[in-house]
Amino acid sequence: MINIWEVKETNKMIEQENLDVRTITLGISLLDCIDSDLEQLNKNIYNKITRVAAKLVETGTEIERDYCIPVVNKRISVTPAALIGQAACRTPEDFVTIAKTLDRAAKTVGVNFIGGYSALVSKGMTKGDENLIRSIPKALSVTERVCSSVNVGSTKTGIDMDAVKLMGEIVLQTAEYTKENDSLGCAKLVIFCNAPDDNPFMAGAFHGVTEADAIINVGVSGPGVVKKSLEQVRGENFEVLCETIKKTAFKITRVGQLVAQEASRRMGIPFGIIDLSLAPTPAVGDSVAEILEEIGLEYAGAPGTTAALALLNDQVKKGGIMASSYVGGLSGAFIPVSEDQGMIDAVEAGALTLEKLEAMTCVCSVGLDMIAVPGDLPPSTISGIIADEMAIGMINQKTTAVRLIPVIGKGIGETVEFGGLLGHAPVMPVNKYGCEAFISRGGRIPAPIHSFKN
Amino acid sequence: MEQKSDRTIITVVGKDTVGIIAGVCTYLAENDINVLDISQTIVQGFFNMMMIVDMKKASKPFGQCAKELEQVGEKIGVSIKCQREEIFNKMHRI
Repeated sequence: MINIWEVKETNKMIEQENLDVRTITLGISLLDCIDSDLEQLNKNIYNKITRVAAKLVETGTEIERDYCIPVVNKRISVTPAALIGQAACRTPEDFVTIAKTLDRAAKTVGVNFIGGYSALVSKGMTKGDENLIRSIPKALSVTERVCSSVNVGSTKTGIDMDAVKLMGEIVLQTAEYTKENDSLGCAKLVIFCNAPDDNPFMAGAFHGVTEADAIINVGVSGPGVVKKSLEQVRGENFEVLCETIKKTAFKITRVGQLVAQEASRRMGIPFGIIDLSLAPTPAVGDSVAEILEEIGLEYAGAPGTTAALALLNDQVKKGGIMASSYVGGLSGAFIPVSEDQGMIDAVEAGALTLEKLEAMTCVCSVGLDMIAVPGDLPPSTISGIIADEMAIGMINQKTTAVRLIPVIGKGIGETVEFGGLLGHAPVMPVNKYGCEAFISRGGRIPAPIHSFKN
Repeated sequence: MEQKSDRTIITVVGKDTVGIIAGVCTYLAENDINVLDISQTIVQGFFNMMMIVDMKKASKPFGQCAKELEQVGEKIGVSIKCQREEIFNKMHRI
């Protein structure tokens, strides 16, 4: 039988160390909504989402009450809109109506984000894909809760450099369209290489075409819990360090597994995966950078950071994988800048640069995330940063992503305030030398040699 | 899918005073909630109690019991929390 110390340990994690379930994300397939008539398509989309997700928020709240564990976000991901809209949308403007429908549906069911205003163009773009991509700046500026992502490369297909070039322009346009709000639109736009079909985390969540009609994916978190447990093993060797991370990750993931199973049972929707990520928030003590410091670095970004992050990421996976029957999504440690107070402090102290962050993305679970840069960068520079990150993903057979925020009207050293979970960020310097001729070449970067495994 | 348990863990934390256990148990008895196990410690003057209870025959739904117990706690000056047992089993048992 459970004893009082175990109960106290669990409740301490929840009450003092910010253990929470970061998101229950309901994936909904919209493939059966496709229609060549735009009005009918929008009607189908709205009806399907509001029907399938009717009980989502209520279920999340009930689970919170029954276990006293915060379920911070209830969200929805849908089939990439480029696939759903191609038959009906002739122009980018047509696609914007879909974004508005998604936003309206999200508000009706009470979720705070809906992901899947997306296109998968890792090898090439159809006219429809391109229309969707060109509609992103407008779509993100006229909606509140819609998140967008574009997959521009994979290990199997190489990198679509035409799409990379276009995305550099789109990121800047999105910044421009939302410049009144510190270019907040860019916080809802992710560019991927090897995007997973079952990621529950925003802004990159979408419901892949390989998925069932509806599915529950859960993202767990808990950097604070890992940090606290590492405080107990200061000065111990790497074996002890790794064991401690593993055990803690196991416990955190088990809670996620329970919540996922319960949500699935109560809603009558199959359970998909647990994403066992350490997802920081701006709250004190909920930081991945603080774990790195606890491992022994003065600041995140100091020499040793990449090694420390690599072991953290690996141990989180090793601990988590036994705790859940299905693990997927992004799984690992997130290193967003604006959402992590320790990362912000590291940037402000001059310890962490864009180049070091890029190195860290080789071993973390995702990529360059929530990084504010000056708004006057040329589009080709943004594309160059995207291309570098995509290449890391392609060659290392991992998911990588870019979520840059070029802040219009702000320069290096100034701070942007996004509010809430998105936090705030200092504008970081970018290498000033150009890559225009490289980005303008056009075409594709071929798939790497190790992709040919057939 | 595993069998859903009706066992609930009630934790009571707060400054030690007369009548904490009596207050909680009176509520449980009035609402047909059966106590299976109680453990209790005092840490630095703070009262810590954990009860394992069976709510199978409880006269009210879980949510209402949790809320009313919270109010009972407020009256005595302690914090009372109700959680379904599975969260602890999941975390601490393989």
